[in-house]
Amino acid sequence: MSQLGSYALLLALALSAYSFIGGLAALVWPGAQSERLGETARRAGIAVFAVVFLAALVLVAAAFADDFSIAYIFHHSNRDLPAPYKFATLWSGQEGSLLFWSLLLSSYGLILRLRHRTDTRLFAYASVIIAAVQVFFLLLLNFAAHPFAVMQGSLPPDGNGLNPLLQYPEMVIHPPMLYLGYVGFTIPFAFALGALIMKYPGEKWIHITRRWTMVTWMFLTCGIFLGAHWAYSVLGWGGYWGWDPVENASFMPWLTGTAFLHSVMMQEKRGMLKVWNMWLIFATFGLSIFGTFLTRSGVVSSVHAFAQSSIGDWFVGFLLVILAVCLYFYIVNRHHLRSEHRLESLVSRESSFLFNNLLFVLFCFTVLWGTLFPILSEWVQGKKVTVGPPFYNKVTIPVTLLLLLLTATGPLLAWRKTSLESLKRNFLWPFLGAIAVGVAMLVFGVRPWTDISYFYALMAGMLATLVALTVISEFVRGGRVIARHTGQSLLPSMLHLWHRNTRRYGGYIVHFGVAIVVIGILGTPFNQEAEKEMGYGDKVSLGPYTLVCRSYTQEDNPNYGNEWAIIDVFRGGKQITTMYPERRFYKASQQTQTVPRIHATVREDLFLVKDLYLVYEGINPDTGRPIIKAHLNPMVPWIWIGVLVMIFGTITALFANAAPVRVTVPARVPEPATVGAGD
Amino acid sequence: MRGFSQNRWSLAGLVVLTALLAMGAGDDARFNNLGHKLMCVCGCNQVLLECNHVGCAYSDRMRGELAAGVERSESDDLTLQTFVQKYGPTVLIAPTSTGFNRVAWVVPYFALALGVISLVVLARNWSHRTQPVSNSASQTPDMLDAYRRQARKETEL
Repeated sequence: MSQLGSYALLLALALSAYSFIGGLAALVWPGAQSERLGETARRAGIAVFAVVFLAALVLVAAAFADDFSIAYIFHHSNRDLPAPYKFATLWSGQEGSLLFWSLLLSSYGLILRLRHRTDTRLFAYASVIIAAVQVFFLLLLNFAAHPFAVMQGSLPPDGNGLNPLLQYPEMVIHPPMLYLGYVGFTIPFAFALGALIMKYPGEKWIHITRRWTMVTWMFLTCGIFLGAHWAYSVLGWGGYWGWDPVENASFMPWLTGTAFLHSVMMQEKRGMLKVWNMWLIFATFGLSIFGTFLTRSGVVSSVHAFAQSSIGDWFVGFLLVILAVCLYFYIVNRHHLRSEHRLESLVSRESSFLFNNLLFVLFCFTVLWGTLFPILSEWVQGKKVTVGPPFYNKVTIPVTLLLLLLTATGPLLAWRKTSLESLKRNFLWPFLGAIAVGVAMLVFGVRPWTDISYFYALMAGMLATLVALTVISEFVRGGRVIARHTGQSLLPSMLHLWHRNTRRYGGYIVHFGVAIVVIGILGTPFNQEAEKEMGYGDKVSLGPYTLVCRSYTQEDNPNYGNEWAIIDVFRGGKQITTMYPERRFYKASQQTQTVPRIHATVREDLFLVKDLYLVYEGINPDTGRPIIKAHLNPMVPWIWIGVLVMIFGTITALFANAAPVRVTVPARVPEPATVGAGD
Repeated sequence: MRGFSQNRWSLAGLVVLTALLAMGAGDDARFNNLGHKLMCVCGCNQVLLECNHVGCAYSDRMRGELAAGVERSESDDLTLQTFVQKYGPTVLIAPTSTGFNRVAWVVPYFALALGVISLVVLARNWSHRTQPVSNSASQTPDMLDAYRRQARKETEL
């Protein structure tokens, strides 16, 4: 089985190399012969998918067949591992995840190469660039991190098993989502670099890559938040984001990718920021590769990172090649990227995009700086330092608040120039709503002068309200205009409005989701926790809740043995639920794992919903008594709801616009309207 | 007189009890505050007070040392310094604001200032260079068509 996989990887490398070299030759020496050569290169690229798919299939089959002669399967699986996790073995370790990366890249490449008729020449350039990236990953797989390496000596009877932290249902979908995001940015990168190399006229390449970029961004968003939810549900420390280097690695391309999604509109609509956009997508792709390097090279310590290995040098080399290629073609063809228009006013949609991009890039720089500072410190001072949450929070929270302000104001500013009158008209009600929420927070006991975190919570609450209300007001005002002209009621009119410009109104829904996520995060300063050794009948109070330990129980299955605490939860003397925090001992890996239980108080609190979060930490070795840790985390469920709204918004933005209605009679326009002023 | 004395003793007792409670509360707050400035060194990458590994070889011992330091009424700096001496500089959750470590804190703000200044200068230069709108009477039909196309592109409606 391992031989089949190994040959498949070698064949894939040969096909990718042909796709790259043949495609490049066809582009460099155009002619009748080269057209045929280009076509064979395209087909070779398509075949890469089939061969890499075969290699991945072999690895998964080996996991299901418990083929421990393959070292990778021995290290990441065992006989009693449940089937979904055996499937997830593919991306559970270094070599498998690189193979998975290669598989996803070949899948994206397959779609791109099948759709080449959209613009044959631009697609040929993009195909060559993708083939070059694929060659790098296949070189790694064949010569540095071989997933089909065989075990030496006698065959072990069972494998080491999958890391217990990864034995959680979300881990079956979190890495694929994240990788779809990481790998997906190769496509806009390939189009951008291809467009720069061939001095592509106009902005059509942006239209072509728009959906690719949005889909990729959506996958990365899903991946990041699934990771956050996994950390919250599995790691048992009551939080969802710890500014761990691996979390940072996924967040950095998201930040620059988000900046790109905004600034690219300026290029589409006004022919501005061409150089900036080019470098933004180069940076996003570079950061995706850099993130992979961070998690695999061992340069930073992280609870998530793969084991240290020598492949870090490969990634450094590849990053340098990417930088050199991008820099060379930028210098040679930079005159092609001249802006067509200039900024006309500081109070305009364009300037809001400029500031939005500045903040996103600064945010990304801060995260990168914090991630790399320990290395820099070791280099300069000879000693490592830790850069933990206080550093990131101090810098990034103010930046996030400014970004929220721009999220609220930017969409309501007109392109070119916005009048003061229009500003007043658009912002009055959302502004008053935000003030009302601020006053309500003060009335309910938020004291911003006692602690900076309360001040941030107050500001975040007001700004998130401002964002939500501006989005609602945009839908309502636009819907009313359509309702007036068509005679429809407001809701169908708003639907009609969205259908006329899906990207704009889908984007607003994403902004609305962001506001909800922020509302979920702002509960952090109000978190409470309690820890107690709890025997039968012992009680612990946390906020309005009383937790009573009813009993403990045990169970055993082939994969793990576990213990549950049975905790009754009371509020105001009335029992509201029973929770079962768990502790498992995985037999194959001989590792212990806590499995927290979470109860969202939706029925009791609805809007001010809290998570009651219980962890069975284990038995105190000194007293022999079980320890239960309880957290009460206000508003957290809103984060996951907000993410769903963001994803829904992205999906709605992917739909095609309704065909424009042709007006044959001149319209009577009584006064200038700002509704539908553009994206 | 005797009753007065009893009252005084009661009052004094109350004051002492309140002070002790307040001291205890203060110690708890200090313990909590300092515990969130330290990392567990077991490799879990968690804040010391958030490391939830029962039987962790480090966190229980470190929490004990922190509680002892707080009880001895050492200053915060001295307590943290004791941990740095024992476990190395990585035990602190964030870089200090001294020496080279200050660079960690300064650079993002420097980058922000640089970015804002560059952006404002760029925006002002751009807006000053904007061409005045020409008289509509001098526009040819072709130019007007181009403007219409541009307007449609910008508004998408």
